[in-house]
Amino acid sequence: MDLLNALVAFLNFVVIPAASYGAQLAVGALGVTLIFGILRFSNFAWGDTMAFGTMAVILLTWLFQSLGISIAPLPTALLALPFAILITSALLLGTDRVVYRFYRKQKAKPIILVIVSAGVMFVMNGLVRIIIGTQEQNFADGGRFLISAGDFKAWTGLAEGLAIKGTTAVTLVTALLTMAALFWFLQKTRTGKSMRAFSDNEDLALLSGINPDRVVQVTWVIAAALAVIAGTLYGLDKSFRPFIYFSLLLPIFAAAVVGGLGSPMGAVAGGFVVAFSEIIVTYAWKKVITYVVPQSWAPDSLMQLLSTDYKFAVSFSILIIVLLFMPNGLFNKGK
Amino acid sequence: MNTRAIYLFAGVGILYVLTGVLLSWNVSLNILILGLLSAIMALGVNMQWGYAGLFSTGIVGSIALGGLAVVFVSGNPVPEAFAAGGWQAISGLAVAVAGIAAAVAAWTYMPAGRARNLAVAVILIGGFFLYRGIFDPAVERIEAFDPATHGNVGGFGLNSIWAWPVGGVFAAVAAWAIGKIALGLREDYLAIATLGIAEIVITAIKSEDWMSRGVKNLVGLPRPWPVPYEVDMQADPGFLAFCANWGLNPTTTSTLAVKGIYIVMFAIVLSLLIWLLQRALNSPWGRMMRAIRDNEVSAAAMGKDVKRQHLIIFILGSAVVGMSGAMYVSMLGQLVPGEYTPLRFTFLIWIMVIVGGSGNNWGSVLGGLLVGWLWLIVDNAGPLIMGAVTAGMADGALKSHLVDVAPQLRLLTLGVALLLVLRFSPRGLLPEK
Amino acid sequence: MSDPFLIGAAMTGGYGATDILHDCTIAVEKGQIAVIVGPNGAGKSTAMKAVFGMLNLRGGSVRLNGEDITKLSPQDRVARGMAFVPQTHNIFTSMTVEENLEMGAFLRRDDIKATLEQVYHLFPILKTKRHQPAGELSGGQRQQVAVGRALMTQPQVLMLDEPTAGVSPIVMDELFDRIIEVARSGISILMVEQNARQALNIADKGYVLVQGANRYTDTGAALLADPDVRRSFLGG
Repeated sequence: MDLLNALVAFLNFVVIPAASYGAQLAVGALGVTLIFGILRFSNFAWGDTMAFGTMAVILLTWLFQSLGISIAPLPTALLALPFAILITSALLLGTDRVVYRFYRKQKAKPIILVIVSAGVMFVMNGLVRIIIGTQEQNFADGGRFLISAGDFKAWTGLAEGLAIKGTTAVTLVTALLTMAALFWFLQKTRTGKSMRAFSDNEDLALLSGINPDRVVQVTWVIAAALAVIAGTLYGLDKSFRPFIYFSLLLPIFAAAVVGGLGSPMGAVAGGFVVAFSEIIVTYAWKKVITYVVPQSWAPDSLMQLLSTDYKFAVSFSILIIVLLFMPNGLFNKGK
Repeated sequence: MNTRAIYLFAGVGILYVLTGVLLSWNVSLNILILGLLSAIMALGVNMQWGYAGLFSTGIVGSIALGGLAVVFVSGNPVPEAFAAGGWQAISGLAVAVAGIAAAVAAWTYMPAGRARNLAVAVILIGGFFLYRGIFDPAVERIEAFDPATHGNVGGFGLNSIWAWPVGGVFAAVAAWAIGKIALGLREDYLAIATLGIAEIVITAIKSEDWMSRGVKNLVGLPRPWPVPYEVDMQADPGFLAFCANWGLNPTTTSTLAVKGIYIVMFAIVLSLLIWLLQRALNSPWGRMMRAIRDNEVSAAAMGKDVKRQHLIIFILGSAVVGMSGAMYVSMLGQLVPGEYTPLRFTFLIWIMVIVGGSGNNWGSVLGGLLVGWLWLIVDNAGPLIMGAVTAGMADGALKSHLVDVAPQLRLLTLGVALLLVLRFSPRGLLPEK
Repeated sequence: MSDPFLIGAAMTGGYGATDILHDCTIAVEKGQIAVIVGPNGAGKSTAMKAVFGMLNLRGGSVRLNGEDITKLSPQDRVARGMAFVPQTHNIFTSMTVEENLEMGAFLRRDDIKATLEQVYHLFPILKTKRHQPAGELSGGQRQQVAVGRALMTQPQVLMLDEPTAGVSPIVMDELFDRIIEVARSGISILMVEQNARQALNIADKGYVLVQGANRYTDTGAALLADPDVRRSFLGG
């Protein structure tokens, strides 16, 4: 029995990757839930909005690299973020102006907006593929490791290593700052409160003199920021491929629904619930268990509940369980 | 059909004729075959959307399930693999199904409380490990058999026309399960849930090698009755004599003939479906469906079981889509899991339905033929057009990039087309009366 | 005779093709309470919404302080000093009591602390529950939040659509007392009430509507004394 090594292996292969992935999903789900709360539809173009924003970051990263601008050991992508957010905001505000606004004024049913967002998804998907192509792009140029597995072993003398990638640290810190800034904005500022009021009771918000057009515009700008940040963190951590971003829709929707669509706190919690479940269910536990149990009991099989191919099945199962037993999500009491 | 419809169909017909004259008849007929299949898929989707207002994003899942039916019905039997673990794998799946059924039964019939929650959890978790215990070793043995050519459990080796209805049944069963869960909730939940189930179906087809050989592709599936093989035709003295008589090239003639037979077969299926659907639409049942779609609340107040009717139409629509998926694979002769992407097989079909005219069966057919043509012509003519556009440019990175991304232009074009139709002509080219 | 402070004069209109209001006139003087009563479906709430600009009038006009505001949107009327408390969904349930009040003052750019204290003075219970989500309050307290939110704009006219719907008689009396207090501070009150007898008791002016038209118009006391009104609308 070797509990210490088991714990390190557990942290290294389950907790750290899940925390990092969970943070990426949480930021993405915040965008979905915000759009749902204010504009009242599920945005199927969200994955491709993230792809578009990430593409802008990649192109700017290349530009900065060619100019020799660097903020090493941090990835150049962080420097590109604000500019990419501006570009993506412009795209989303433009889309709202030429596409969504018409249906909002018509008071179209939410499902019509969902279909419209599928049309927007096609356009954005096409744009991304035309501009940057369909190949995989790696744009993480910062420090590789904060702590490498080898160093950790040397320091501690343990058999198991604990590695913290540079991108993991960047993900966690950026996501935390983003969430803190968003919650501060929603809770403390006049505009943020007016957005919550609008989401809570649109008619009463109008009676209070809250300007709906302004609320909607601010929402798109924040959504753009969240899309760019979530997409960039995911791309830094793994890599950028347009079609992968489309398939992120499912875990992100699952995260938003788990927390209760429209609830920002719920979206954050949902992101981590989905990420941890996904990794716990698809992780091969053989290593950890071998450390914990007596040698003679050591398992032969991988001790993996589900192959990693089925990670989306985990998001899906969580989604189904929530839909069946608590359709308003974990965090929307009695609404 | 009114005159507007006749003009529009004639216009689409001209597109196909022009393709035949200017490009090649082989390409034109190929596109027509896929256009007819798309029309059938669009009809299925139109049943769900146009008749009941249900927005499903899992169409690609139904299509893939239909394709899987061909693998089981018509795949070559692999007796050794089946003997190695076939029955055991089947019993493993049976345990899984029984476990879920038992959990649902416990949830339904036990009084609410801790005992019930515990029972359901025990049944599900215990059932899962039991299933894995039985199923995994069986799969391992099946996949171990001659993985270079087989590695799958094999099918019944029947004529693939039998797979068509089976494909419908496969998709219907999946639709029943998902409909039970997601119908009756907020309407976008159905969209999200179906997106998920489709993703899982595709993952299964890609990674369950014992079933369909996964991404190694299952080839050599037989053609449906009565479609002949070109090589057999070219070896047939009667056919050769016929060609010689009329001065035809036997190779070209046999290729076109095979395509012609497919077109006739698919057109028959399409016509039958339309006939059935038009009858259903004008029956009391059809009127009730439209009443429910237009005003769920008042229909429910009048004693209509809205959820049940939605479930029925959702299952029927998915079955039609599943059948078309089986038709597609039986024609291709192989299952290529990598082909099944949501953009191509879910959202493109949606564009067909909406552009054609939601709620109008003829509109779906028109949308299938027109959008299908647009989508596929880019494959064939896109490089030519992009070549012409960039002809004057100097060779370089930009030019080669533009030529490379030419196929992606269609995503953009179709997205814009969908948005334009939704905005300016939301009832589509052929509006519902 | 000069115009009353707020008047919806000879209003005709409805939501769709059919008119609900027929030549209906509603008015309230500065610092007074006007009450609209009548049987179900008489168009009471519709008349109120018409005065607030929530439906299109085909005839008649609305004038505030002598100025014609018939064409203004509800939001613009809020800016002119009108406040409206809907019958239902009249609070932000997920926001705290204090945030509800802040949202009421959304259009104001000046310091709202004094107004906030006035509202807390009027409804002391709200001060103790200021950091609680409004959705967790009781029915009567929710109505206080709703009225408080409307007062935060420092309106000249407060319009209440059945403020006592669904609250207990004790809470109702309490709420009416508060409304009188508000009127004494110089704010005109126009309200629709189901509890006709109690409402007319505190009303300076009463309007009895039937089928979208004025049937009786008089002071509250006179209407209460009118045997016809008593027999037909007040249950004897």
